Amino acid sequence: MKARQKRLIFVLLGVVAVVGASFLITKAMQGNLAYLYAPEAVLAGEVPTDKVIRLGGLVKKGSLKRSDKTLEARFVVTDNRGNEVTVVTNKILPDLFKEGQSSVSRGMLKDGIFYAEEVLAKHDSSYMPKEVKDVLKKEHTPAPVKDTVK
Amino acid sequence: MIPELGHFALILALSIAMIQAIFPLAGISLGKPQWMALAKPAARAQFLLLGISFACLVYAFVTDDFSVKLVASHSNTQMPIIYKVSALWGNHEGSLLLWAFILSGWGFAVSVFSRSIPTVMLSRVMSVMGFVGIGFLLFMIMTSNPFERLPFPPPEGRTLNPLLQDFGLAIHPPMLYMGYVGFSVAFSFAIAAMLGGKLDAAWARWARPWTNVAWIFLTGGITLGSWWAYYELGWGGWWFWDPVENASLLPWLVGTALIHSLAVTEKRAAFKSWTVLLAIFAFSLSLLGTFLVRSGVLTSVHSFAADPERGLFILMFLGVTVGASLVLYAARAPKLKSTGRFDLISREVGLLVNNIALVTLTATVLLGTLYPLIIDALGMGKISVGPPYFNNISIPLGTVLLLMMGAGLFIRWKKDKPERLIKILRIPAIMALVMAVVLPLLFVPEFHWRTVLGLLLASWVALTALLWFSSQGRSPFKKPLSVWGATLAHLGMAVTVTGITLTSMYSIENDVRLEANKPGYVVGEYEFKFVKVENHQGKNYKAIRATVDVFQNGKPLETLYPEKRDYGPGTMPMTEAGIDAGFFRDLFIALGEPVGKGAWSFRIYHKPFVRWIWLGGILMAIGGLLAAFDGRYRRTRKIFLQERKNKQANKVAKQGATA
Repeated sequence: MKARQKRLIFVLLGVVAVVGASFLITKAMQGNLAYLYAPEAVLAGEVPTDKVIRLGGLVKKGSLKRSDKTLEARFVVTDNRGNEVTVVTNKILPDLFKEGQSSVSRGMLKDGIFYAEEVLAKHDSSYMPKEVKDVLKKEHTPAPVKDTVK
Repeated sequence: MIPELGHFALILALSIAMIQAIFPLAGISLGKPQWMALAKPAARAQFLLLGISFACLVYAFVTDDFSVKLVASHSNTQMPIIYKVSALWGNHEGSLLLWAFILSGWGFAVSVFSRSIPTVMLSRVMSVMGFVGIGFLLFMIMTSNPFERLPFPPPEGRTLNPLLQDFGLAIHPPMLYMGYVGFSVAFSFAIAAMLGGKLDAAWARWARPWTNVAWIFLTGGITLGSWWAYYELGWGGWWFWDPVENASLLPWLVGTALIHSLAVTEKRAAFKSWTVLLAIFAFSLSLLGTFLVRSGVLTSVHSFAADPERGLFILMFLGVTVGASLVLYAARAPKLKSTGRFDLISREVGLLVNNIALVTLTATVLLGTLYPLIIDALGMGKISVGPPYFNNISIPLGTVLLLMMGAGLFIRWKKDKPERLIKILRIPAIMALVMAVVLPLLFVPEFHWRTVLGLLLASWVALTALLWFSSQGRSPFKKPLSVWGATLAHLGMAVTVTGITLTSMYSIENDVRLEANKPGYVVGEYEFKFVKVENHQGKNYKAIRATVDVFQNGKPLETLYPEKRDYGPGTMPMTEAGIDAGFFRDLFIALGEPVGKGAWSFRIYHKPFVRWIWLGGILMAIGGLLAAFDGRYRRTRKIFLQERKNKQANKVAKQGATA
């Protein structure tokens, strides 16, 4: 095979790889990115209800309630500024889950209640997920996370 | 005293690394063989010094010297001795020392086993390794001294993260590091070859066994990590697409591409610049992995405490390494003429397609891993990229890869005829198709295209590997080790793919609420009956232990004891799963929490073929090992020594003639 033809093959393979990869990436990214929201954004109605999102905040003290029959647990996520959202889950809560501590839940919002598929808790006594810290910190912005998404 | 000795050895090692980096290179350009000759002894001295340093730190850990900050904060007297030692690398500073020690170990090994390599080349290789060593030693000495003392030593240390108190995880980091750092050898060879301007097949032949060995460790390390995550994290998953897991997968993917590309460069003198590029990327991705883990920029279960200063240093180091290598590459690549000619239908092109699939997979996984970082840095919100993203990209790319993996074995170098290939490959293709359709119809509850695809690819890879093995002439035990190695590695991949397919498609995973001595929870033919919970005292932990009887078709099968462990103040609770392991299925039960009225929550999983995932990993590693010890690498040395002898003889003869 001539050098020119060989170069052509290389270029073609490269193009196929790049086009294929971009196609796969755009397709895979659709619906698989979960944005993090604060309770405030949920209450302000800025959260899509047809997508999986993540909700971050503190678990309100005394808010954890369990069902007698099933595994269902309910708790309230707050930002300590009066914005509260109820979370319902049928999954086992993580070992580190505690009232008054931070948590991030992944799931969907329906009629003002957040149905979580997964609940994550903070890692150790001195550590708060950076994401949650950032969400809690932004006191003055009306919609802590989403405001930057234009 | 001992810790100071270790610290001192560390600083000495840095100065030796500087000698190792500078003198051989300077010697080459100034034409001073004495300076070049410093390369080997410097590499050995560095290994010795870092060995001393490492031993001092091990000593401090084993003797519970709490005046050393690292020991006080990661170890205590109650821990079993093996975890005292492994506590050394269960933290940032110690793991860096391990990194540097392993790097010097690789340097030492290269200096010992490379007698066939010309002095000039070897000097360059050692010098590049010296530069890498300088980077890491500077990093350690400037930002993360493992020997830092405490003015007021506490009477008892804190404890090692209980998650890490496990045999699998005691050896997981060293294995992984051996792999990461091992790619520095291929990298050094590539850089050295570029510096010399002579990128012939020789450098590929020298770099091949080293790359293989690094790849073996990385494969083993990843397999071990996946297994550990499965039984220790308590959620029964074997891969989470966690950023840090991805960080180890990325160099593995590129490393796999590199192994195959090196073969082409060695045998056919083609893909020269591509191979060099892969060698650079494999090591850069290892550095990136270290950066991601150490800097804490990504939210992950693996990240140690975040420290921006350290992260910045590694990022700069990464920038310099990648930047300098690529500049050198840009300067030299145009001169790299691949001499090997090949046709469209040839093994070269097959391997190229396989390489491109691997690199594309690497790029997309890298993008998914870094995407949240990029978006956050641009102030566009906080996102996470979930496993579906990675699954969506790895399935199609994996399909291309595995199809090529089977066919590639049979394609001839240089030029082949499609008719010939079709004739050979027809049989395994049909057999694979039949297996992929019939087996699910017979054995599985639901028929799904993903199962068919997974089994088709797995049986295709396995059948072609076996067919290829038998077609290699000679009786099995006379075949070269590399043939055994390639066959085993390909079979391993098939086993892993089978495991992944069946586990992901047919696992039953449920979070349930069980009351003691009530009818249990039924999964297929198994019933889980919760008997009781009691307290249990371990060596350095307290546990709540549940007793769960498992019945198979009504008959008692096994009793499992999932636990919730408490390793004392300042640690997080640990879930220790009860697992009934089997070749064809695992039963997995993890204890949740009390949910009122004497009931507890449990995670109950039935995972078919999950062990195959790691079994395949082990097979791949063994395959790599066999290939690395193939006789031809030793023969190369013999030929070289013979040639040198002949040359000297000629010289002597000539001198004799002129005189």
